[in-house]
Amino acid sequence: MCTYLTEKIALEGSGKGTPGWFPVTQAAVYVDHPQHHPQEHTVNIDFTNPGRGPSARVALELTEEAARDLVDAIQRALASAPDGLAAAGRRPAAV
Amino acid sequence: MSDTMTAGTVTITSGDGDEIEAYLAHPVDGPQRGGVVVIHHMPGYDRWSKEVVRRFASDGWAALCPNLYSRQAPGASPDDAAAAVRALGGVSDEQLVADVEGAMRHLKALPGANGKVGVIGHCSGGRQAFLAACSLSLDAAVDCYGAFVAKEPDAGFPLKVKPVLGLAGNLSAPLLGLFGAEDSFPAPDEVAQLAAELERLGKDHEFHTYEGAGHAFFATDRPSYRPEAAVDGWEKIYGFFGRHLSA
Repeated sequence: MCTYLTEKIALEGSGKGTPGWFPVTQAAVYVDHPQHHPQEHTVNIDFTNPGRGPSARVALELTEEAARDLVDAIQRALASAPDGLAAAGRRPAAV
Repeated sequence: MSDTMTAGTVTITSGDGDEIEAYLAHPVDGPQRGGVVVIHHMPGYDRWSKEVVRRFASDGWAALCPNLYSRQAPGASPDDAAAAVRALGGVSDEQLVADVEGAMRHLKALPGANGKVGVIGHCSGGRQAFLAACSLSLDAAVDCYGAFVAKEPDAGFPLKVKPVLGLAGNLSAPLLGLFGAEDSFPAPDEVAQLAAELERLGKDHEFHTYEGAGHAFFATDRPSYRPEAAVDGWEKIYGFFGRHLSA
């Protein structure tokens, strides 16, 4: 069998995939067989918007080291910016 | 007999009445032939699954792979469809049986069909091949490293699968099982459990476990590919279908 525990979260942002830019509403993180990366297992991350169909997906297949480095890099980038600068509440009001 | 074949996407009617996409390949002439339903693996109705379909056709069979993700992800690329269906918990056993039933009927209705149909599946398709052979009247079944036939998945497992060992009494066809000794899903103890139950029930089966091979040793596009096991496994498959699907 090819699958293990999936961590699924709701999130807010945008991603660029086959259909172009789209609002991302969900991410799934799981260790599984990759589609493309040449090793038996990878850390796979799917950023999706189920409401826009299966093609609204940005997919990553990372080695374990790369996934940990990515987590650290996100933490460092966030730490270097003022708290709240990229928070959802900073979005300008719709006009 | 020429080696010319035809291959391409067709629409078939599933056993539940839904129209679904499927990939069909068969020789354009030659003697009457048996049919093979190819159940695609978790990564979906992809290039490798279609290569398997064409490989059977090049060896003289008619082969048909229903796109199990047709309903949930019509028109999506195979990897996007697989991710979407995975997130939904996978394909239900009822839908799988209906789709294999539709594929079986389609194969039997083809010109040149000899009326015999077998099924083969890899990975999740291995379990599904066993399930289909316990649910439909088939002539041969091949389970390539299917897990969760005998054992429950761990808690938190994302797919809604349950063991199907309890259906073994209904197995309608001889079963060929091909496994890797280093596989964890299914591990050798699960394979032994299935073999023991088939033995107990007096069901015709032939199992081979390859040393030095793990999961997905047939997958030529993955690092799990083990040519020695795969070459021998293909010979076993050809021999098995030759015995059970010839007129």
